[in-house]
Amino acid sequence: MILDAKIPEGPLEKKWTSFKNNAKLISPANKRKFKVIVVGTGLAGSSASATLAELGYQVETFCFHDSPRRAHSIAAQGGINAAKNYQNDGDSIWRLFYDTIKGGDFRAREANVYRLAEVSGNIIDQCVSQGVPFAREYGGQLTNRSFGGAQVSRTFYAKGQTGQQLLLGAYSALSAQIGLGRVTMHENSEMLDLVLVDGHAKGIVVRNLITGEISTHAADTVLLCTGGYSNVYYLSTNARGSNVTATWRAFKRGAAFANPCYTQIHPTCIPVAGDYQSKLTLMSESLRNDGRVWVPKKKGDSRLPQEIPEEERDYYLERKYPSYGNLAPRDIASRSAKEVCDEGRGVGPGGLGVYLDFSAAIGRLGEKTIRERYGNLFEMYANITGESAYERPMRIYPAVHYTMGGLWVDYNLMSTIPGLHVLGEANFSDHGANRLGASALMQGLADGYFVIPNTLGEYLSTQFGKKVSTDMPEFKKTETEVRARVEKLLAVKGTVPVDEFHRLLGLIIWNECGMARSEAGLKKAISDVRALRERFWKEVAIPGTGVELNQSLERAGRVADFLEFGELMCVDALTREESCGGHFRVEHQTADGEALRHDDKFAEVYAWMFKGEGNDPELVREELKYEAVHLATRSYK
Amino acid sequence: MSTMHFHLRLWKQKSATDQGEFIEIDAKEIPSECSFLEMLDIVNNRLTREGKEPVSFASDCREGICGTCHMVINGVPQGPGRGAACQVYMRKFSNGQTITVEPYRVGAFPIVKDLVVNRSAYDRIIRSGGFISEHTGGAPDASATLIPKPVADAAMDAAACIGCGACAAACPNSSAMLFVGAKVTHLGLLPQGQAERKKRARSMVRTMQEEGFGNCSNYYACEAVCPAGVKADVISMLNREYIRGELSEAVGAID
Repeated sequence: MILDAKIPEGPLEKKWTSFKNNAKLISPANKRKFKVIVVGTGLAGSSASATLAELGYQVETFCFHDSPRRAHSIAAQGGINAAKNYQNDGDSIWRLFYDTIKGGDFRAREANVYRLAEVSGNIIDQCVSQGVPFAREYGGQLTNRSFGGAQVSRTFYAKGQTGQQLLLGAYSALSAQIGLGRVTMHENSEMLDLVLVDGHAKGIVVRNLITGEISTHAADTVLLCTGGYSNVYYLSTNARGSNVTATWRAFKRGAAFANPCYTQIHPTCIPVAGDYQSKLTLMSESLRNDGRVWVPKKKGDSRLPQEIPEEERDYYLERKYPSYGNLAPRDIASRSAKEVCDEGRGVGPGGLGVYLDFSAAIGRLGEKTIRERYGNLFEMYANITGESAYERPMRIYPAVHYTMGGLWVDYNLMSTIPGLHVLGEANFSDHGANRLGASALMQGLADGYFVIPNTLGEYLSTQFGKKVSTDMPEFKKTETEVRARVEKLLAVKGTVPVDEFHRLLGLIIWNECGMARSEAGLKKAISDVRALRERFWKEVAIPGTGVELNQSLERAGRVADFLEFGELMCVDALTREESCGGHFRVEHQTADGEALRHDDKFAEVYAWMFKGEGNDPELVREELKYEAVHLATRSYK
Repeated sequence: MSTMHFHLRLWKQKSATDQGEFIEIDAKEIPSECSFLEMLDIVNNRLTREGKEPVSFASDCREGICGTCHMVINGVPQGPGRGAACQVYMRKFSNGQTITVEPYRVGAFPIVKDLVVNRSAYDRIIRSGGFISEHTGGAPDASATLIPKPVADAAMDAAACIGCGACAAACPNSSAMLFVGAKVTHLGLLPQGQAERKKRARSMVRTMQEEGFGNCSNYYACEAVCPAGVKADVISMLNREYIRGELSEAVGAID
């Protein structure tokens, strides 16, 4: 298999324009004839559904939540980047592009990233028109703040609830289309498989989570907007329901899975407190605008933070990365936190925490300003920990937050299965080996509002007269397979709750495929995951039946897929013998502990193809050609 | 880490048509630092190990923003303190306390199973007008319209609604006016929302009534339980907007 990224010819700055000038169009009369299935209603899915319906396509949208507004994009706190340069601080499309490529440690595709930067401004325009209440200055202008990996202020925000406001904007656009009858919305519907007809993605099999009914749905093309796989770690900042099932099922039907080992560990989360814990809570990166990160200089210093004098504190990010300071990119900030904790200088229970201190900012700006900027985050922190961050520093520790890997897509966002498009976090394309803050919201909305409406015609224009229906044997066969899988889960009748397997899987992956990875550790993880998977299929307990709301069954299906996916992730991490971005192989580091890339061998996308149960997946490579940027060692010093 | 004990009364109901009843469970050795939903996870996993069916309850983000979780804890929709049920921590209860957990009791939110209810009525209200009709692609530059900070802030405060339904569950009339008022206020305050302002209020209120929600009688229980801190002022705004919308239609004005 050869991966053709279908990158348009011409200079970087002209590619998207020239693509649009030459793209295949579908006339309004023909758009009505094409049906599009959209799976997922986060930023990518809602914006794509709404926009494609506005254009006249017949859209059927599915989500496993009880309402499209609940998708996990809603939890994004900090903001969304756009190269508007409203602050006159030297920003430009080129700078946003370059920061994103560099932030991704030169492992993303140039053309896609440039396009992302190019449409970033349109996203802000679109959202403001929908009534997204971005933060404003007293004069009425939009205001901005800084995020990690940037030296300009280009992040737009709505208090600490930017994801919520952007998602509600997309949800309102989607709702308008549903109200007009142009989108058929299926809530409580989880996609359990993809249906291929003659090798093309033409439909899906879903299970209704309330009734247990399994049904098939046909269309001319399928869009997966199903988010990332952070919950393979069990504990992450993702919502409990976020899962890999849709993309994993697509993988098993022939979609290549790219760079699964690229995961993002977010530096500022509330530390783990115990085994009972069901999720980790993020404290927005925006806090690093005003908070200073430090640990005591002395090992095992058990004094209260306010008792440790200034000269006995190590503001390690400011010390190591003076030009970016506390706003060093996420992978670097996370690894530095791990380093100081490994040295025994961590704070709080178990020594797995560092301080994020606002006292200097409160002194400089006053508590009122800090409350206005981060009030809801401070409140959240107090609620969970019982401590006030106005009075003492927050304790934070890194946690899994986002996954840069995902299904491989070309410039048109189409996977290796013709007709299967993948948008947002579910694809691999824009963030390389590390995502910069406030770029996930940008990518989700770029893909849904501005990219897919322009690129979908490339595929659909080849599909005239190729209608399929759910009566076809391909649909019946896939449906039967899905039913068999559900029955198989229910037939195990073991005694161990699903959560227990998920927690154990999370521990394996976090320990061996988390912030630091080694050959020996990854090999051990692979065999441990296999053993756990075997146990799962013998011992998992799923009370109840398949024809009702059965939350154990829902979770069991997702965990079964994570137990397969976790292995691929470790295989990818083992094969990528270099360090880059969030992927840190201990064998590959510089003398001062920074990530050491090997561009001669690994400036490539690693895409994995399913080769049947029990067989090793096949590795296919896409060479990353850098025409406009010069591959450099990332330095934030 | 210290542990606590609780006596739980949990609502079990197989389906919408089933009778339903409380079951009593002693929840022993619960870590005092865990959240309310984590306590329910522990109880459910214990039930599962004993071969019994766990109690169904909805949750997702577990940080108070997605609005998925919904239940009534000791008579309070979304439980004690500010925030959603997922933000309630066990340290807020005393050791040995009896805790009653039941579903929302709102006619327009039929029970699905145990603590889970169907809140799709809220989505249908939004679909009837809770948006600005703005097609992708035609938007002017974001800086073209200046919006004074106090206006943007007030719109944001109303827009913070998480759509969890606690307002209707707390209201003796099962009114959804805090929810509807929040959306009408958010969009009605902004310059972008003016074109559809009257139609929006009219059509959302009509849908709300069709769905079977009651009217506001100034009880303010909604404001007291709202996890997002939406203020009852939005109901006054809703009333004004609605009257304006209805009058406009009654006199045949062009709006």
